[in-house]
Amino acid sequence: MIKTLAKSIRQYKIKTILTPIVMIGEAAMEIFIPWVMSLLIKVLEGSTSDPSWLQVLVGNITSDMLGQVAIYGGIMFVMAVLSMACGVLGGKLASEASAGFVANLRNDMYTNIQRFSFSNIDKFSTSSLITRLTTDATNIQMCFQMMIRMLIRAPMLFIFASVMSFRIAADIAVIFLIASVVMALVIVFIISHAHPNFKMMFEKYDELNAVAQENLVGIRVVKSYVREDHEIEKYKNSTKSVYDYSIKAEKWLTAMMPVVQLIVYGVMILVLAIGGNKIIYGTGLDVGDLTALISYSTQILSGVMMVAMVLNFFAMAKNSADRVSEVLEEKSDLHNPENPVVTMADGSIDFENVSFVYKDGGEEILADINLHIESGETIGVIGATGAAKSSLVQLIPRLYDVSAGCVKVGGVDVRDYDLTFLRDNVSMVLQKNVLFSGSIAENLRWGNKDATDEQIEAAAEAAQAKEFVEKIPEKYEYDLGQGGVNVSGGQKQRLCIARALLKNPKVIIFDDSTSAVDTKTDALIRQSLQKQSPEVTKIIIAQRIASVQDADRIVVLDNGKIADFGTHTELMQRCEIYRDVYYSQVKRGEENA
Amino acid sequence: MPNMPGQKRGPVSSKGAFVFPEGMPEDLQEAVKSGKKLTKEQKKRLQPYKKGIKRVNPNGPKNSMGTFKRLMGILLKKYKLNFIVVCILIVFSAVASIAGSAFLGFITTECLVQQESANPDLSRFIGLLVSLGCIFLLGATSSFLYQRVMMYAAQGTMKDIRDEMFTHMQTLPLRYFDTNTHGELMSRYTNDTDTLRQMLGSTIPQVISSVITIVGVFAAMLFYSLTLTILAILFVILLVLLTKALGGKSATYFLKQQVALGKVNGYIEEMMEGQKVVKVFNHEEEAKQNFFALNEELRENMTRANVISNIIGPLMNNIGYLQYIIIAIIGAALALHGGTGMLSLFATLNATEEAATAVYLGVLTSFLPLVRSFNMPIQQVAQQFNSIIMALAGAERIFDILDAEPEDEGGNITLTKVRYNAEKDKYEETPDAEIWAWRVPHEDGYVDYIKLRGDIRFNNVTFRYNPESRIILNDISLYAKPGQKIAFVGSTGAGKTTITNLINRFYDIEKGEILYDGLPIRSIHKDDLRKSLGVVLQDTHLFTGTVMDNIRYGRLNATDEECIEAAKLANADFFIRHLPEGYHTMLTSDGANLSQGQRQLLAIARAMVSSCPVLILDEATSSIDTRTEKLIEQGLDKLMEGRTVFVIAHRLSTVRNSHAIMVLEHGVIIERGNHEQLIAQHGKYYQLYTGAFELD
Repeated sequence: MIKTLAKSIRQYKIKTILTPIVMIGEAAMEIFIPWVMSLLIKVLEGSTSDPSWLQVLVGNITSDMLGQVAIYGGIMFVMAVLSMACGVLGGKLASEASAGFVANLRNDMYTNIQRFSFSNIDKFSTSSLITRLTTDATNIQMCFQMMIRMLIRAPMLFIFASVMSFRIAADIAVIFLIASVVMALVIVFIISHAHPNFKMMFEKYDELNAVAQENLVGIRVVKSYVREDHEIEKYKNSTKSVYDYSIKAEKWLTAMMPVVQLIVYGVMILVLAIGGNKIIYGTGLDVGDLTALISYSTQILSGVMMVAMVLNFFAMAKNSADRVSEVLEEKSDLHNPENPVVTMADGSIDFENVSFVYKDGGEEILADINLHIESGETIGVIGATGAAKSSLVQLIPRLYDVSAGCVKVGGVDVRDYDLTFLRDNVSMVLQKNVLFSGSIAENLRWGNKDATDEQIEAAAEAAQAKEFVEKIPEKYEYDLGQGGVNVSGGQKQRLCIARALLKNPKVIIFDDSTSAVDTKTDALIRQSLQKQSPEVTKIIIAQRIASVQDADRIVVLDNGKIADFGTHTELMQRCEIYRDVYYSQVKRGEENA
Repeated sequence: MPNMPGQKRGPVSSKGAFVFPEGMPEDLQEAVKSGKKLTKEQKKRLQPYKKGIKRVNPNGPKNSMGTFKRLMGILLKKYKLNFIVVCILIVFSAVASIAGSAFLGFITTECLVQQESANPDLSRFIGLLVSLGCIFLLGATSSFLYQRVMMYAAQGTMKDIRDEMFTHMQTLPLRYFDTNTHGELMSRYTNDTDTLRQMLGSTIPQVISSVITIVGVFAAMLFYSLTLTILAILFVILLVLLTKALGGKSATYFLKQQVALGKVNGYIEEMMEGQKVVKVFNHEEEAKQNFFALNEELRENMTRANVISNIIGPLMNNIGYLQYIIIAIIGAALALHGGTGMLSLFATLNATEEAATAVYLGVLTSFLPLVRSFNMPIQQVAQQFNSIIMALAGAERIFDILDAEPEDEGGNITLTKVRYNAEKDKYEETPDAEIWAWRVPHEDGYVDYIKLRGDIRFNNVTFRYNPESRIILNDISLYAKPGQKIAFVGSTGAGKTTITNLINRFYDIEKGEILYDGLPIRSIHKDDLRKSLGVVLQDTHLFTGTVMDNIRYGRLNATDEECIEAAKLANADFFIRHLPEGYHTMLTSDGANLSQGQRQLLAIARAMVSSCPVLILDEATSSIDTRTEKLIEQGLDKLMEGRTVFVIAHRLSTVRNSHAIMVLEHGVIIERGNHEQLIAQHGKYYQLYTGAFELD
């Protein structure tokens, strides 16, 4: 997992490595400053016992007390400036590295998602992909930044401070080490108890928000059924469990700081007791040493605490890291062949003994399908909800791969074509169709990015969209809004058809793509299609019999099998399912006409 | 509670100072600016100006003090005692930490004093150590206790605010949901409550503790040395100025980062929804390039915002060191070169000749740690300032929901069940009653019962969503007799759905009247009115829960058998049984794991369970294939039997057998009659039916 994520550091490698190094500088300064401080106090004290190298050096320069104080002050000043420089530089590097890393990570995820096949997308689901690209990425960034800033600095602080303490008074330094171990254990204990509760709390919190979200979306249902009180009760139950788990989790956390404080305080008292004794009896310790020791003790212990906190952060971000690496490691299950075919003879389609399952071991969606469709034919597909109509046609542009048998377009197995080439030539209007933010023209140019204004107009006309587009003051420059919210369902469908037409394909597939368009417009679209592109193979999935009635031939699907395949007249004679559908829609109308 | 990573913090919404429309009375302007709750009378007068009021300065809350007071009011209402205890404990813990550093000084001084003596007396030394131990213990205990007590108060208040917000939201009219996007309202439940929780749980106690510490340390510093204190204060001013400068900058960058993040998230959401279309159109490369550009913009802004917040700590900390150094040098100079009077009031009063140096040093060593403890809380308060502003802005948005005007409750006529008493020739409410009736109380205490028959009339109804917008329904009159099936046909925006929204009073009409069994619907209690109407809406919404729960939503006391029976009638039983756990399959948010058609079948089953006397079916079968629709027709017929039904449908086969069909265009009924009559008329309906005219 870490290896997968680390690949995204790339050009920020130097900054990533530099950050902890600079932070070491800051940590070192933070240790040396108290040391020099203690020397300064020694000067004031007039203590000259057991001088260190720096004391000797300064003593050689001047013996004047104030002069020495000034020198130590000067040294401290330089150190503080150095420390500030390191701290600021470290902070800058860390933010550049972490923001850069996460930007790469998002790019890499997004790039890989673009390689996903339909079944990869199904596997992750849209909303989970969104979470991974947004929230999870941000979690990782926070953790990464924390890590490069603290994970080296904190142990360094600990080591430096320990070394300095040992030099001053080994017996007292041992107390520090013991206290560190105790503190680490206490923190680990507390975090390990708080953590599961926090996890539960966040789960409950998500549930709580789900209830609120659901009520916002479904407010009309709630009000229609007068279920306000019921929903309020549901919500209150949720807030109650969020409250309960928050309390459980925070109980541990509120204990943390005081316990840490107690340990720090305990150490201080011990230092004062032992150190004070040494001073009083004059055994090689002075007030300067004592103040230095006290500040080292807090540094050692805060180093321990920082490491613990970083590790805690790390644990919390681990789930996010797992989810992100899942996306990065996912391999598309559709591959371009080695020597792809980039010519297509015609728009004929063959299904040869095709069966299909969405997931290995899943239910068989299509079984033993054999179909031959001539180039230029118009084929209707009809069948009940769940008859696998969409699954059937999705095999043609290779949105999914067959489980057995093969699908051929223009006499060549679709798996032998270059994927982009295949999809450019097999155009499909999806059932759940989407338009994107941007103008109508921009959206239509998805079909052909070099399309001229005339071509766009022609496609819109063929899709019966021209009329309504031209009624809009901005015409083709009209902004559709996120997901195309600014046009009605029927208008959306017509624009989607126009977009697909612009590809100028050999095969075009309409997956129930005129359901929100009225019968007459539906018919007009089919007519203009027939007229303008007679050579294009057209496959039309529809609920309405009127939409397929005039097709050259009609496939009747029933539970993943071809129940019948023939012209309208043939099917009326011999196919009961077809007759049923027909009569459910048409019969009464005829009686009254 | 730690601030969890990744909590989305939405861009701060546009609340701030006001720009008022011309002609608005000044007292009203004042009232709005004050942020106080308006009186009924003021609200009424405000109505015409409401639209024109604009808020500027998108960063901060518009009335910090008012919001803060109100927030504290909520906290104190239930948790006054907790809060007082917390304050006292914070004082203890702050005093303990100040006393702690003072004692450090005493102890070192004592060490030096005893060092001089040939025969050291340890009793005072030990005494000081024990006292220090007690002070530390008191400090740790009170800080533990105050966090604990505050935790209950903060979490409790958060629960109260959430509950209140949700409860109040349920009373709001649909208009409110129309004018505020889901995302916007949702962010009040998530982002705004998050910042609020942080403020209540940690910021407030921290600020209190900081202020107390500042005051205490300041007093101690003064006690030791006036000169050095003044020096320290000079540095503090520098620190505050720096924090303010950086803080302002960081707020700007932070806002930019939020905008960029919003763009990236928006793009991700849209493109992930349309990912399959991207694949079909080979649009991967373009999608990637667009994303890279947005992502790069985010990276730049994020880096800038982060740099500031990262460097603020080291900057402050090291300026603190500089301060320490300068005070140490000047202090030492004063101590050595006779400026002792200036150095310390305390020292000059108490020092004896022989211990002078020791005492001076004691003063300096006591003063120096105080300088550190003085800076710390000031830095903290300065850094908290941003989060307080953000939390108050969030609280304000939450209060916006709480202050929104609830829906009109309607009159006092209620729905009840009665039994016909043949002897007295009147209806009576009895426990075993079976007939639905309106209970009409009169002023003199007399109660009438009117049998619920399902007779609905519109008399010259005119409606529009708000006074400025276009008229949706213009002078509509129609009637539905009990047991009739009334259908509405017309293009999108003709006003079909609006008519049904008026019957259940989702919206109120502008002119005319709507009568239900002869009673004006405004006089009927809103809940009872809606309970009498079963609705299957155009967009089916399912709730998280099992399939069974979702069907039972129609009538909470329906048995499992009744729910299954309804599902069978709706022809949903078949697919439900094929779900992994049948009727006990959990549906995820809004039934994403079901097809649109299946969701509609469940919504129909839900309406079947509800057994309401009047039914409204708004495109209830639009996503169901005609064969299945035919299969459920029987069930639907049974559902409609003896009920007044309003049907809206695209598919004319669905409305054919209605008693009356109304063809709507631009908010006006242009044709009415049954199928045969309308066909005979050769009007719009005829054109629609024969496919000569397009519906959109």
